Amino acid sequence: MTATPGATPTIVLVGHGMVGQRFLEALAERGLTATHRVVVLCEEPRPAYDRVQLTSYFSGRSPEDLSVTDMRFIEDHGIELHIGDPAETIDREARRVTARSGLAVDYDVLVLATGSYPFVPPVPNKDAEGCFVYRTIEDLLAIEEYAASRATTGAVVGGGLLGLEAAGALKGLGLDAHIVEFAPRLMPVQVDEGGGAALLRTIEEMGLSVHTGVGTQEIVVGEDGAVTGMKLSDGSELATDMVVFSAGVRPRDQLARDCGLTVGERGGIAVDEQCRSVADPHVFAIGECALAADGRVYGLVAPGYEQAETAAATIARDEAEFTGADLSTKLKLLGVDVASFGDAHGTAEDCLDVVYSDSRAGLYKKLVIARDGTLLGGILVGDAEAYGTLKAFTGSVPPVSPESLVLPAGAGAPAQLGPAALPDEAIICSCNNVTKGTIRGAVTEHQCTTVPEVKKCTKAGTTCGSCVKVLGQLVTAELEASGVEVDKGLCGCFAQTREELYEIVLALRITSYQDLLDRHGREEARGGDGCEVCKPAVGSIIASLAPTIGASGYVLDGEQAALQDTNDHFLANLQKNGSYSVVPRIPGGEIAPEKLIVIGEIARDFGLYTKITGGQRIDMFGARVEQLPLIWARLVDAGFESGHAYGKSLRTVKSCVGSTWCRYGVQDSVKMAIDLELRYRGLRSPHKLKSAVSGCQRECAEAQSKDFGVIATANGWNLYVGGNGGATPRHADLLAQDLSDAELVRLIDRFLMFYIRTADRLERTSTWLERIPGGLDHVRDVVVHDSLGICDELEQLMRAHVAHYRDEWSETINDPEKLARFVSFVNAPDTPDPVVAFVPERDQMKPDLPLLSIGTRPADVLEGSAQR
Amino acid sequence: MTLAPETTDLKVQLSLDGDWFTVCDLSTLLPGRGVAALLPDGRQAAIFRDRTGELFALDNRDPFTGAAVLSRGLTGTHRGRPFVASPLLKQRFDLASGQCLDDETVRVTAYAVRTA
Repeated sequence: MTATPGATPTIVLVGHGMVGQRFLEALAERGLTATHRVVVLCEEPRPAYDRVQLTSYFSGRSPEDLSVTDMRFIEDHGIELHIGDPAETIDREARRVTARSGLAVDYDVLVLATGSYPFVPPVPNKDAEGCFVYRTIEDLLAIEEYAASRATTGAVVGGGLLGLEAAGALKGLGLDAHIVEFAPRLMPVQVDEGGGAALLRTIEEMGLSVHTGVGTQEIVVGEDGAVTGMKLSDGSELATDMVVFSAGVRPRDQLARDCGLTVGERGGIAVDEQCRSVADPHVFAIGECALAADGRVYGLVAPGYEQAETAAATIARDEAEFTGADLSTKLKLLGVDVASFGDAHGTAEDCLDVVYSDSRAGLYKKLVIARDGTLLGGILVGDAEAYGTLKAFTGSVPPVSPESLVLPAGAGAPAQLGPAALPDEAIICSCNNVTKGTIRGAVTEHQCTTVPEVKKCTKAGTTCGSCVKVLGQLVTAELEASGVEVDKGLCGCFAQTREELYEIVLALRITSYQDLLDRHGREEARGGDGCEVCKPAVGSIIASLAPTIGASGYVLDGEQAALQDTNDHFLANLQKNGSYSVVPRIPGGEIAPEKLIVIGEIARDFGLYTKITGGQRIDMFGARVEQLPLIWARLVDAGFESGHAYGKSLRTVKSCVGSTWCRYGVQDSVKMAIDLELRYRGLRSPHKLKSAVSGCQRECAEAQSKDFGVIATANGWNLYVGGNGGATPRHADLLAQDLSDAELVRLIDRFLMFYIRTADRLERTSTWLERIPGGLDHVRDVVVHDSLGICDELEQLMRAHVAHYRDEWSETINDPEKLARFVSFVNAPDTPDPVVAFVPERDQMKPDLPLLSIGTRPADVLEGSAQR
Repeated sequence: MTLAPETTDLKVQLSLDGDWFTVCDLSTLLPGRGVAALLPDGRQAAIFRDRTGELFALDNRDPFTGAAVLSRGLTGTHRGRPFVASPLLKQRFDLASGQCLDDETVRVTAYAVRTA
C-alpha cells in the first residue's frame, strides 16, 4: 500500500514521545498543520505520555493519567497518527518511509524523534527471564507483574536518576531492593561526593541496599533459566529474583544509520543548529536521538522541547537555532529533593565553593561562585526549596551573600531572596522556556490573577512543576505591584479571608456571629444583618471550633440557626419544587437487610422517590417540610442518624468489600471506611468532604477522586488527598505511604483540620491544594513533618470534635421548640404547600413541574459570584 | 377599675386589600429567619424580622423557580437595606420593596406589616 502525497507537502514524524508531541504542537501553532499533511508513526501502543513522571504509575497514576496527548488536538489538526506502527525503512532517494504494517508515506520533510533505548551492559545472561529495563509503560507493567508473581528481591543496575526511581518502585512493590552502581557514589552525573554521601545516607535509611563502586559481571540463572542472582566485580554474589537495568540510555539511531545519515562516534544523528541532519536537508532529528550542533546528546525533556520548537520554526522558514542547553535538574527521588544547576561540579577556572552540609538531616548544599561573585551553579540535596531562585540567578551576582542562600532559615541566614529580585529575562520555567517577563506579562497584560491561569496562558509550570512555587510568588508580587487593590475579603461584610476569620474566632473565642460582625466586620457592615455569604461561612467556622471555643455544636441552637443555609436549617436537601430529600448515614456503604427494609417502608409510607447515591447511600426525595420530623422519628428509631448530605461537612466514606470477601483485597477496607466515617461525621468544613477506602491497588472504591482517599497496600495504607470528581476532576495526590491504622487516622486528623483552618469559603481540598503557597509539598511539611509546630493543636481540635459529636436529628426530634419550625405555614401548620405536588413516573413519582410555572424565568446560579 | 393592657402576644399582621390579616405571634419570628404564611386567597407570604426588630413581608414564591421558598432564604444587609437571598439559586430581593437586586426587571410583591 502506498499513500501518495497530493498537492499538499507532507511532513512525516517518526516517534511520538514527549518531544514528538511538542513538535506537533509547534507545527500547529505555526499553522503548518493547515498547509501540510502530517503523518506520525508511533511504535508504542499508546500516544505520547509523560515519561518524566513514569514512576508515578506505581503511586497510582494510570497510563491514561500520564498521557500528554489530547486526541482532540490530533483530530482537530488532521494529524494522521499511526499507533503501534513503527517506521522500518527510510528511502532517502525516493523520500519514502515504510512502516511495519507496510504503510508507505512519501515525505517532503522527515523528522526523526525516535528517542533512546536503555543501555544494557553486555554481561552473560542479560536477557534471561527476570531481566528488565525501565523505559516505557510496557516495561513497568512487565516489572509489576513479575514482582507480584515471582519475586521477593530485586536489584537495579545503575544508581543514577532512573535507577533510584526504579529501586524505589521495586521497594514500593514490596520487594527487598538493591542498587548496584559502578561509580563510587549515587547519581554521579548530578551530584559531587558530598552530595552523593548525603543522598546515600537518606536512601539507606529508607531500607534500600546500596552497593557502590562495584560492577555487574554476570547474571546468575537457575535451572529454569530465570534470574537467581548476580555476580559483582568485587567477587561477591547478590541473590535476587529480578534485575532491572538502568545504566543509562543510548540514542536510537539505527533507522538513521540504515539509510546512511551521519551519526556521531558514540551515537546520535548529527544535526546542525537548526536541528537539520548534516547529511540530508530533508531530514531533521530532535530529542534524545539527536547529536546536537554542540556535540552533545541531550537526555532531558527541556532541551528536547527546544529542539522541537527549532525544527518546527525552521520548517516554517522562521529563524531559530539550538546551540546547546542548560542541564539543570530538580527531582524528587524517593521523597528526597535533589537538584543541580549550572556548573554544578565547579569546572570553571578559579571558581570557589560555598558548602553547607548537615549529615544528620541529610542536607547538602553547594554553590559554585566565580571570583567576582557570579553564581555559576550548585548542588542541593535534601532541600531544594531555593532551586528556582538560585537557577534564575545563575550567571549573575546575587544581591545577597552566597552563604545566606544555603544556610537554613534560623541559622543566621540574613535574607530570604525572593523572586522579585530576579531580572525579567531570568528563565523561571526551563521546561517550557518561560521568562519572568513573560509571567509578569500574563498578569499585567492578559489579566491572569491566579497560578492556574498563568500556567494556562504561558505553559510555565506545566511539565515538571518544579517552578510552580516561584510562579505563585511572582503572580502575587505582580498583582500587588500592579497597584490594583486586591480585596481578599470574604464578602461585603468582612475584609478578612475565611482563614483570617477562623483565626480570629479561635483566638478570641468568639461564639456569636453578630459579635464577630460588629467588632471585626467592615465599618459599613457593622450593626447590620450580614449577608448570605458570610453567615453560613461563619456559622461553619463556629461549628467546626464549637467544642474548643465553648459554642454549642448544635447548628440549630440560638443565633446559629439564623446563619444556616436552608439545607442546614431543615437538616435536609432542598429540591427544585421546595420539597426536601433525606439521606440517612450508611457508614462505609454497609447496611443490614433490616435497615434496608426500614428505608423501603418509610419511603413507601411517605410516598418518597428513592435513588441510590454515588456515595453508597440511599436518597429519599419529595419530603415536605412538615414530614421531615415524622420521617426522621422512624429513622432514628431504627438506629439511623443524620447523613449530613445537606451540610458542608463529611458526606460519606465509600468502600469496596476489601479483604473480607474479595480475593484480591489486602486490608479490611470496609472496617476502615466505617471507622473513618464515624470519626469525622458531622465535622463542619469549608466545603463538603468526600472519602473512600479501597482494599487493594485495584481501587474499586475510587479513592483517588476523593478529598481524602485511602488505598490498602501489603504494608498498611496509602493516603491520597485533594482528589475531586465534578466539573473539574482532579486525581488525588499521594500524601504518605504504608501507614498503620493509627498513623493513618492521625494524619487525616491533621490534614482535615489544617484544611478547615486555611481554606477559603466553598473551596474544595483540590482547589485549596492548588492555591496555597507551596502546594502539596507545603501541606506535607505541615501535617507530616510538623514544620509549623501545630500538629498537636490540630489533633487536639479533632479529638474535641470527635468527643462532642451528637446526632443532629435525634436532638431535633426530641426538642419541641426546634420541631415547631418544621411546618408548612405558620398560620396553617397542617396545610401542605400547594406548590409541592407530584406526578407518577417509572413506578415512582417526580415533581409536578407545571405547578411551578408562574412566569418563571431562566437564571444563572449566583452562588460563587458573591464577591460584592 | 383599669385593666392592664395586654403586652404579651403581640400579633403580626399583613395589609391585604385594606384590611389587616393576622398571621402569627411576634415571638414566633426569629431575627434573621423567615416564616411562610398562607393567605386567604391561596397565595403565600414570607415574613421576616431583622435584628433591630423591624418586620417585612414578601410574596413567598421565588419568581426564578416558581417554588414557594423565599421564607427559607438567608437575610442580610446590602448598602444599608435589608434583603433575602433565595435558597434555590441565590438571587437577592429587597425586603422592603420586593425588587430583585440581581435582575432589575424582576420584582416580587411586598406587603405592609405591623404588630398589633
